[in-house]
Amino acid sequence: MGPGFCRITLAAPDIASLVEPGQFVQVFMPPEHPHMLPRPFSIYKADAENGVLTILVEIKGKGSRLLADRGPGSFLKLLGPLGRGFPPPPPGSILVAGGMGIAPLAFLAESVNKPRTLLYCARTADLLVCPGADLDLPGLQIIRATDDGTTGIKGTAADLLSGQIEGAPAVFACGPRPMLTAVKEICLRWGVNAWLSLEERMACGIGACVGCVVLTIDGYKRVCRDGPVFPAEEVILDG
Amino acid sequence: MDEKKDKKRQEKEFEPDLSVDLAGIVLKNPVLAASGPFGYGHEYGELTNFKDLAGIIVKGVSLEPWPGNSPPRISETPAGMLNAVGLQNPGLRNFIKEDLPRLRNCGLRLIVNVVGCTMDEYAGVACGLAGEVGIDGLELNISCPNIKAGGMAFGTDPAATRQVVEAVRRETKLPLLVKLSPNVADIGIMARAAEEAGADGISLINTLSGMLINTADKKPLLGNTFGGLSGPAIMPVALKMVWQAAEAVKIPVLGMGGITTADDALQFIMAGARAVAIGTGLFYNPELATVIKTGLERYLKKEGLLNLDQLEGIARS
Repeated sequence: MGPGFCRITLAAPDIASLVEPGQFVQVFMPPEHPHMLPRPFSIYKADAENGVLTILVEIKGKGSRLLADRGPGSFLKLLGPLGRGFPPPPPGSILVAGGMGIAPLAFLAESVNKPRTLLYCARTADLLVCPGADLDLPGLQIIRATDDGTTGIKGTAADLLSGQIEGAPAVFACGPRPMLTAVKEICLRWGVNAWLSLEERMACGIGACVGCVVLTIDGYKRVCRDGPVFPAEEVILDG
Repeated sequence: MDEKKDKKRQEKEFEPDLSVDLAGIVLKNPVLAASGPFGYGHEYGELTNFKDLAGIIVKGVSLEPWPGNSPPRISETPAGMLNAVGLQNPGLRNFIKEDLPRLRNCGLRLIVNVVGCTMDEYAGVACGLAGEVGIDGLELNISCPNIKAGGMAFGTDPAATRQVVEAVRRETKLPLLVKLSPNVADIGIMARAAEEAGADGISLINTLSGMLINTADKKPLLGNTFGGLSGPAIMPVALKMVWQAAEAVKIPVLGMGGITTADDALQFIMAGARAVAIGTGLFYNPELATVIKTGLERYLKKEGLLNLDQLEGIARS
């Protein structure tokens, strides 16, 4: 992957056999760093047969740096699978990934064989980090776009989705909040069901501490437990 | 060599007794889950074995449901975290209907943290819980920094502390702990006010008031602007305040604030705490109660002590 990003593959047979697309794991810090919170990561790939999981890591803080620096064969404590994932996508679904939002959507894309379209978007080419080989899946159409036009179509995820949504039975999205807000608005306008995977700062990751909430039409809900995937019409993203 | 063997044999000969009596609440060991991080216990119950936790202080319960603060609610800090959850809770009636029945069956001592914006609200919760089976004690939260009215306002003024403790005391016969705020000039004065008003025990510390700014947004990081700092970063502050509170009152003290090891727990006990509570440390290690319990046992065996009695406040003597 490009500089500042990495894939970490973890031997975790129990989680690999249970995890569904959109769910996540809490990765605990190495024991030499006992005073840091575990970090939540969406599952990028799960291979139940070989008992391995892969997560995508953007190295942007101390925690991600520590994890990225762990060499092959080192031990990490995991908790998962956690949260509610995506429902199965019907044929013709559109998957919208913004930047690191590719992680749960690559897993979702891999989980079905039906025709589906992935809109893979980022600000600039360097941020479309997912290797092409990882997305080389039968029946998956991929359209790439960047805000600055350095790769693929020049435009935002919203621009791309607006051109593709007609006739789609459902939309599945993960990415930055402004992108999700735009996706929600487009899907509501077209009357298309949409599921959004949200990100929030977490502590416990299991629903106890109520630290990672999002405002919904039914009040605050826990991203870690009631989500991270929510029906678009439920969440109030600017709240 | 022989000496070593002798010592080993001695260690094997007795099982130290970790039980303590915290203000009339008998605990099998001195480790409780602090109010907040543990929620109402259900989630951690699915995850870890409760066997090494003596009890749980459930998340604050108010008279009516509280929505909590707008996100973001938490952020990690060096060796700690800042939170402004704002005591989101389902309210007294829902707590009794939904949470209490499940908590009754988990085999743990149960202490309910009571919150309010007014004196009547605090008293109302205590009154509403009075007839409920399975509650071993109340913890009066007059120290939450994250709510607009009530909360810490009661815990930073000795006269207000006295009034609210008296009001709750009238409504409950249960052991009553009063949870104090560290955001005061003299913790001893607050502890004495609670004791004089009828508290059976003092619990401290709640979080230290703080904030962070997101420089990319040029705005406060937390939705609530201000939050409370917890975790190992505040441990020495908490320890000092437990020491001072224990010196100021005769009633037992429940110590907490950044405990992540058995040695931390021992320090609180040696400063004068009868028991300890773990909060943020549970996020780092959901099995922390086991780590602390095992460490305390090992220490008592090594020191040839039968129980924790002689250690309570020993560093002050």
